Amino acid sequence: MAIKPLAITAYTVTNALGRGTAASLTALRNGQSGLRPCDFEDAGLPTWIGRVADVEDEPLTGKFAAFDCRNNRLARLALEQDGFAATVRQARDRYGTDRIGVFIGTSTSGIGATEHAYRDRDPATGSLPETFDYRHTHNLFSAADLTRRWLGLTGIALAVSTACSSSAKVFASAFRHMSAGFCDAAVVGGVDSLCLTTLYGFNALGLASTQVCRPWDSTRDGLNIGEAAGFALLEWAKPGDGRMRLLGYGESSDAYHMTAAHPEGTGAALAMEQALARAELRPAQVDYINLHGTATPLNDAAEDKAVLRVFGSNTPCSSTKGWTGHTLGAAGIIEATFVWLCLEHGFIPGTLNTRQPDPSLGAGIVLRNQEQAAQVAMSNSFGFGGTNCSLLFGREKT
Amino acid sequence: MNALAIESIGLIAPGLSGWENSRPVLAGEQPYHAAPIPATIATLLPANERRRTTATVKLALQVAQEAMVSMSLNNKHANHAGTTHPSSLSEEGNMCVRTVLASSGGDSEVLDKICVTLTEPDRMVSPTQFHHSVHNTPAGYWAIATGCTLPSLSLSAYDGSFAAGLQEAAALAWTEEARVLLVAYDLPLPFPLSERRMIVAPFAVALLLNPMTTTQRLTLLRLKPGEIQSADRLNHAGLEQLRTGNPAARSLPLLCAIAQLKTGSVALDAGHETILNMEVTP
Repeated sequence: MAIKPLAITAYTVTNALGRGTAASLTALRNGQSGLRPCDFEDAGLPTWIGRVADVEDEPLTGKFAAFDCRNNRLARLALEQDGFAATVRQARDRYGTDRIGVFIGTSTSGIGATEHAYRDRDPATGSLPETFDYRHTHNLFSAADLTRRWLGLTGIALAVSTACSSSAKVFASAFRHMSAGFCDAAVVGGVDSLCLTTLYGFNALGLASTQVCRPWDSTRDGLNIGEAAGFALLEWAKPGDGRMRLLGYGESSDAYHMTAAHPEGTGAALAMEQALARAELRPAQVDYINLHGTATPLNDAAEDKAVLRVFGSNTPCSSTKGWTGHTLGAAGIIEATFVWLCLEHGFIPGTLNTRQPDPSLGAGIVLRNQEQAAQVAMSNSFGFGGTNCSLLFGREKT
Repeated sequence: MNALAIESIGLIAPGLSGWENSRPVLAGEQPYHAAPIPATIATLLPANERRRTTATVKLALQVAQEAMVSMSLNNKHANHAGTTHPSSLSEEGNMCVRTVLASSGGDSEVLDKICVTLTEPDRMVSPTQFHHSVHNTPAGYWAIATGCTLPSLSLSAYDGSFAAGLQEAAALAWTEEARVLLVAYDLPLPFPLSERRMIVAPFAVALLLNPMTTTQRLTLLRLKPGEIQSADRLNHAGLEQLRTGNPAARSLPLLCAIAQLKTGSVALDAGHETILNMEVTP
């Protein structure tokens, strides 16, 4: 039996394309990239980034001042777009404050605050400045904690941190907690912000491209790091509600290598197959796949093998990393919102920046936007440590 | 509410070296002394890998290994089918289980090194440090060591990390109708982070949860989230200091109840002013 479907009853996204879903929709439609040459802080790296404009100028103040850091500013900005926070507060009044769970994915949380604090250590004692608040900034739970407090929720709350699959896995976690009766609805989301740790870290691994990223391109040579926040409200679907639905999810571990994806894409294929099995759908019933598609040579090759194994070469697929960069722990949620936008507005996004698809890759890569009414779409997210998650979304069949 | 059997436990902390050794201490039958943690742990990892990995990875993998080996031994004993050894862990088909890893802060030793490097002029972050910096590093090592491709989820809920992990693991076990290994761990942070986040001692615990209410169990658990009450405290000052001083050690009232073969309720501090209530039955 297929899983009991969850309805996405509200959602929002903020990324390098702008604040709120309208900014992402317009940029996706028009093929406008949010990538720019790296101008984050004083990082003198020859790479491109997907930075959200003006995060610097909007600190958290008042009773949320302790949470003030780039990551939480971004979370707050996103929560206030598209009327999302107001919609959740209405749902809170229906369900009760302790009956809506909070499941937030993040990879690095507010480590940027710690980077700054280390720069400002006391030269004599080595101590961090008095203003540094580890719990409310750097700790992995801080964005989830801010979210629950901002929305006035008091039930189960947790941060999922499985690198770049974090905010895809929040959907699976929320589904389980709702199925177990730990909560009746869920706010899921993901937040990751630019920081020196990831910029210099990916640079050290030789995975940061000096150009705009070109997923599936024969000349692809790495990723661009981006930042983003996105949130969704999940409630049990009701027949005839007309809502977008989570139809299935699949999760797996590569059990292969800490950073390199399994070259045959074995774990990725397992995740996709499980999502299909949970949704009781055949591969041919999926109209579009939003690829993880980071544009590193090995990741794209492994994902290509996995897609070919599960779907063959006919299913249209694309990577939207050319618009936003790789937003790491936020990639799952923002690409889920892209899937919903595309399903709602009847188009399949292309693969921005990609000019010449790699002839050694066989998946049905879409280069330019196509006007096409899709019913069911998959979103893939894979991460360091060999963690894989695939999500299937679609509208109720009418 | 659905129930869960706890089939086996892995435990390591100062003075609590393994579940079987610790049981009399947690039951109040033997005194608690905060002796150092043994040097050689997580023998599941190949020796060269064990040298390269961090204290965090080793602590998490040690309790995971102990719980799985202990379950295997219990089953072998029940089946009169001979013995097994820790080294055969990865060859055991039934060692492959879904995992949930819960830790407030993950590997702060690695994050400290990266942040120090970023203050240096050339900011040469070590590739090894960077790929060890993700919260799911222990999960990745465990999957590689066991060759297990089943899903794993790594989470944090600050001081409520153990309770959140237990709920995630329970929900996963019920949804999948399958065993789940919960691993909770936290270690003291290095200076200067230690000045802003006090974790008094290393503590790691693993619970192997079975949604079938098997008789091969240490206790049967029924979660009752949402009821307001205060968290259980421990009589022994040293154990109580551990409980309040390490998020993974918030599990101690449950571990003591199991050691005491208690029937009744347990209330754990679930962080952010919430309590996780449960009933235990041996």
